[in-house]
Formats: sequence, structure tokens, C-alpha cells
Amino acid sequence: MTSDAPRPPPRRRLFGAFGQRELKGLFWQVLVVGIAVAVIVFLWSNTVTNLSARRITTGFAFLGREAGMPIADSLLAYNPRDSYLWAFVVGIANTLRVAVIGIVLATILGTLIGISRLSANWLVSRLAAVYVETLRDIPLLLQLLFWYVLMQALPAARAAFRPIEGVFLSNRGLILPAIPTGTPQLWVLGTAVLGLVVFYVIQRRLISQQMRDGKPRSAWPFALGFIVVLPALVSALLGVSWIIEWPELRGFNFVGGLTLAPEYFALVIALVTYTSAFIAEIVRSGIQSVPRGQWDAANALGLRRSFMLRQIILPQALRVIVPPMTSQYLNLTKNSSLAVAIGYQDVVSIANTTLNQTGQAIEAIALIMAVFLTISLGISFFMNWYNSRIALVER
Amino acid sequence: MTAIADIPEAPRAARRPQIGNPVLRWLRTNLFSSIPNGILSVVLLAVLAKGVFSLVLWGIANAVWLTPANDSSACRAVRGVGACWAIIPEKYRFILFGTYPFDQQWRPALAVLLFIALFYLSTRRALWRRELAYLWIGALALISVLMWGGVFGLSFVSQDRWGGLPVTLILATFGLAFGFPLGILVALGRRSKLPAIRSLSVLYVELIRGVPLVSLLFMASVMFPLFMPAGFNIDKLLRAQIAIILFAGAYLAEVIRGGLQAVPSGQYEAADALGLSYWRKNRLIVLPQAIRHVIPPLVNTFIAFFKDTSLVLIIGIFDLLTTAKTAIIDPAWQQFSVEVYIFVAAIYFVFCFAMSRYSRSLEATRAG
Repeated sequence: MTSDAPRPPPRRRLFGAFGQRELKGLFWQVLVVGIAVAVIVFLWSNTVTNLSARRITTGFAFLGREAGMPIADSLLAYNPRDSYLWAFVVGIANTLRVAVIGIVLATILGTLIGISRLSANWLVSRLAAVYVETLRDIPLLLQLLFWYVLMQALPAARAAFRPIEGVFLSNRGLILPAIPTGTPQLWVLGTAVLGLVVFYVIQRRLISQQMRDGKPRSAWPFALGFIVVLPALVSALLGVSWIIEWPELRGFNFVGGLTLAPEYFALVIALVTYTSAFIAEIVRSGIQSVPRGQWDAANALGLRRSFMLRQIILPQALRVIVPPMTSQYLNLTKNSSLAVAIGYQDVVSIANTTLNQTGQAIEAIALIMAVFLTISLGISFFMNWYNSRIALVER
Repeated sequence: MTAIADIPEAPRAARRPQIGNPVLRWLRTNLFSSIPNGILSVVLLAVLAKGVFSLVLWGIANAVWLTPANDSSACRAVRGVGACWAIIPEKYRFILFGTYPFDQQWRPALAVLLFIALFYLSTRRALWRRELAYLWIGALALISVLMWGGVFGLSFVSQDRWGGLPVTLILATFGLAFGFPLGILVALGRRSKLPAIRSLSVLYVELIRGVPLVSLLFMASVMFPLFMPAGFNIDKLLRAQIAIILFAGAYLAEVIRGGLQAVPSGQYEAADALGLSYWRKNRLIVLPQAIRHVIPPLVNTFIAFFKDTSLVLIIGIFDLLTTAKTAIIDPAWQQFSVEVYIFVAAIYFVFCFAMSRYSRSLEATRAG
């Protein structure tokens, strides 16, 4: 038989173009999806039966009803006669108030400690290591309860600690002097934000010009002009008052100033100290990941120390730092829901109260999920954008 | 910022000629390498000395170690200046074992020891064989028998009497024992070529990871009865356990997926060339390599997870933290919560610190 003999025709397959492998794949998919659908239908039908037995109508109509729950500490104006919807909004604002401040402070503290761990000073690096090891290995909830107990053990308002003039620390929380926040002040703040955006655009143009001709251009006069001078001018033109409101003790409580309730204060301290221990490790490994040759090369070029850190070391360290940092920010935001254990009313706590009052379990949990998924996606989106900006550009 | 700037200097300092007293030399390199560093060291030493001094004063010198049963007057006398460690001998049985029948508490104590032995054996590299899985099944069965009783002449103790450290260890260990296989399945699902299975896995992982554990626990405690047919109800502890397993499964799946990605594609191709089926390929070739890659991050996930079991406090399950919090409700001892929290923190710390040391030693052997 020679090689050019006719080959036997291909074996006919039962399912046309589908081979054995595809058929098997299809079978598994149908099976798994079928099981998933069956489980969901089973749970759903049970839920509907149970809810109708308890005379609970599903749907979000309850959001319009009067909430009737007190919210002790809130950023937005609220009273118990407001609707559930507004109570949820207040809860979301409370969650964000913890998360945003927590992320900023934890980043600062974590970076400081991460750098300290690399210090040539033995004492500094050991202390930082002890801080990290201790805080990482104790549950956050335990730390939170601990801080809260300490807050409650503080002296009463009349005997409050006064570390600096105008600052009071007592079992009523931390009371600080307040900057007035009215509409005129917000205008000034808005101008500053606008100035920041304008400055950002100008800076990008300056950098692209430098890319073309190689001449460094200083950006700071623009920064000064748009972020400081412009808002100051607006403030002067509108005649905005910036008189600081000092708190004072009257009777058994404080009048004026900015009050951070003990619950809020304990929550922020616990979240910041706990998360900063993780951030410190991320920052440390990020800096250590920059090869030694980069330091040596920068030194050999005779660059100034600050320039070297800003332009050579930090950009490379950030590439390693940013992705795990994102998950720490997400963790901090999710951990803020532990607030419910000490009675700070964040969105989870308010959803929980709503659930107990109305029995609308599915809706309440769905709202929690929606809120946290939105926040998580928002943080991921921002950090991914930032990450793509600083990522290594392969040439 | 001086600290960062010191990094490249370090080896140069080490290369200095080795002369003089070694203690002085150590001090000079590590504490007084420059004038600002020297000032920093002195200030820190002063602050540290003051802190340690007042801690020793509070925690040891002025502390009350023992009082007659149920009498906190000696403690209240030193309140504010000394610690009241007497609360620990007073309450430790309740903190460690909750409301488990007092004369039967040797059973949860033995269960805790079994858990520790199981963890220890699992860290031995020589034992990483199939037999380890049987060991786990056997040990967990034995622990269940000890805790529940009802056989071998042990009296039956229902789950709502369980409490303290055994509950924490049960939630964490059973969470792992069931969450780990679940995580493997989901990780494989997420890398599957079948679109329906892949999207289901992605949906599961992202939904669970997107929300806080607290809300999952709420769901388990409030919504679970709604999901089930009328009249069917399961215990609160078991419901929390299910929530924790689902939670662990999603997080472990992501870690294992990282390991799967690290297995070179040649390994998959070789397995295919040998004609192995999908399951045999993964079981014999891919997973053993993938899991070995991610053991340090897996241990870190276990640590996170062990700490997270304390969240069941929020839905009122008597784990170690809840028993601690309950122990100080007693009006006579109410003011001494800090001491109790420190005691419990020390227990959590010992477990987590041991795990993190182990994770680090694994990383070191792999790098070396």
C-alpha cells in the first residue's frame, strides 16, 4: 500500500460538529447550572411561602415609611420621623465618614511605620516590628472593644484631659475646635478643588513639554496660584469668615466645637492602627523590592536625596505597593461594618435595625450588598486607574 | 525621611573596620550612627523607659493577683493604679469553656489539645501525604464525639451549651476543612474553559468577597430560617459555620487560583499528552504543584480567618471573645474588662503568631 492510497473517511460523529469533549463540557455545564437554578428556585419558593406566612410583602415600598429609629451620631441632618430611605443614606454617609478618614490616616501611619521598619536605627526598626506583629495577630473586633472600653473609662466632661488648648478628651469623645462650614466656606473649598483640577491639567502639559525638549519646568508656581492664592482671593472677595469655633465646658457637657463621639473615635482608631500594620508590611516589601543597583545608580548620578526618592525609588516601589494596598483599602471599608458591635450606626447597623423593625430581611441584606459592592467597585476602579498610570511601561 | 535615606548606607557601615569594644561598636552602628539618629535613640529610649516603667507598675507591682472567690474589693481598691489579674483565675473556666457543664469541662479541654496536636502535625513537611487527610477526618470526628457526647458513656451536651475557645477553634477548623475543598473546586471552576461554570464561580467569589463578613453572618442568622421549608430549622452555631465555610471558600479559591496560574503550561500539556482525564490531571499533576506554590499565602489566609471567627460575637454565638465579653457583665467585675481583653488577646496572639512564624519559615526555606 502506498502513501497516496485513499484515506478512510472520517468517523461520523453523532452530534455533527460536536466532538466527545464538547459534549462532555456541555453536559457538565447543564448539570451545574441546573443544580444552581434548582437550589435558587427551592430557596426562593421557601422564602416567598415563609414571607407570606408572616404577612411581609416583598419589595422596597417600606423605604418610604417613617423609620422611627434614633441615630445618635450622623453627618447628615436626621430625625426619627424621616423615612427608611433617608436613614439608609445617613448610614451610608456614616460608613463613608469612617472609611475615607480611616484610609487616609492608615496610609499615613502605615507608610511611616513601614519606613521605620527599614530604619538603620535598631530601636526604631524593632519598635516598628513589635507594633506590626502585635496588631496583626489580634482580632480587629477585640481591639475595637478594647479601645471602646478605654474610651468609656476616660474621665467625665468636667475632668476632661486637655492635651492642647481647645482640645478635650473625655468619655463624651474627642472635642476639637471647629472651622465654620457654611455655604460661603464651601464656595472657597470648591474653588480650591477646581484649582487642583486646573493644576493637574497644567502639570500634565508641562510634563509632556519636558518629554519633548528635555528642559525641566517647575510646576510649583501654578500650584501656589491655583490651589492657594485663587481660593484666598475668592475668600477675601466674598468676605468669608474663618473664625474658629472654640469648644467650652458648660454644665456637664461641651458647647461648640467639633465632637467626635466615642464610638466613632474608637472605630477610627481601631481601624487605622490595625490596617496600618498591614500597610506597613506592604510599604516595606515595596521599598525592598527596588533593586540596590537603582540606589547606587541614582547616587552615582549625584542626584539630590529628595529627588532620588521622588523620581527613582518611589515610582518603582509604588508598582509593587499599589495592588495589595487596594485590597487593604477594601478590607478597611468592609471592616468598618464592625461598628455594629459598639453601637456606631453605619449602614450595616441601620440595615440590621430596619430588618428587626420591618422584617424586610431580603431587602435589607440586598441593600447592604449593593452599598458594599458599589464602594468596592469604586475603590477598585480608582486604584486600577492609578495602577495603570504608574505601571511599568515596557519599551 | 531620614530613615529611607539610611538604607543604602547600611552595608557601608558594616564594612567599617572592626575595632574596639563589640558592645560599643554595636551601639554605634545600630543606635548612634549619626547625630540625628543618636538624638532619636535617646528620646525613644526615654519614652520607652517611661512606658515600660508605668506598665510594670500597673501590670505587676500594683496588680492584684488573687482574691477570695467572688470578692472584687481588693481589685476595686487599686483601680486605676494596678491591674486586677485576679479576675482571670475567677473567670477563666467561663472564658475558656463558656456554659459547658462544669464537671464535664475536661472534654472541651481535651478537644482543644487535640486541635493543637492536629495543627502541629499538619505543619510537619514529612507528614504531607494522603494519610494527613485521614488524620484530619479522624481527629475532627473524635472532637465531635468529645464535644457532643451521647456515646461511650459521655453525657450528651447540646451545641447551645458550647462556648469559649473550643467554639473558636471549631468555627475556624471546620471552616477550613470544608472551605478548602470548596475553594479548590471554585478555583478550578474559575479557570475552566466552560463559560457557564466559569461565570458561576466568578459570581460566587466576587459576591462573597464584595460584602463584609458581618452581613453574611446576619444573613445566616436572620435569613436562613426564611430560606428553609417551614418547620425545618438548624442550630445557630451550624448556620454561622455554614456562613464561615462559604466565606472561607471564596477567599481560599482566590489564593489557590494564584497557585494554579503559577503552574507552567507545559505541565498541563504533559498531563494531556499522557491522556489523563480532567480530574486525574488536576489531582495528580496540577494541584499538588499549585498548592505548594501558595502555602505561605494560604497560612496568611488561615490567620486572617482565625481572627475573623471572632465576628460571630455580633450574632451572639459564644466564641472566645463573646465569653470574655459576657464574663465582665458581672457587676462586681465590670470595671476590669481591660484585663480580660488582654488575656483573650494573648490567647489569639499565641495562635496567630505561631502560624505567622510558620509561614515565614516556609518562605525562608523556599527562598533558600
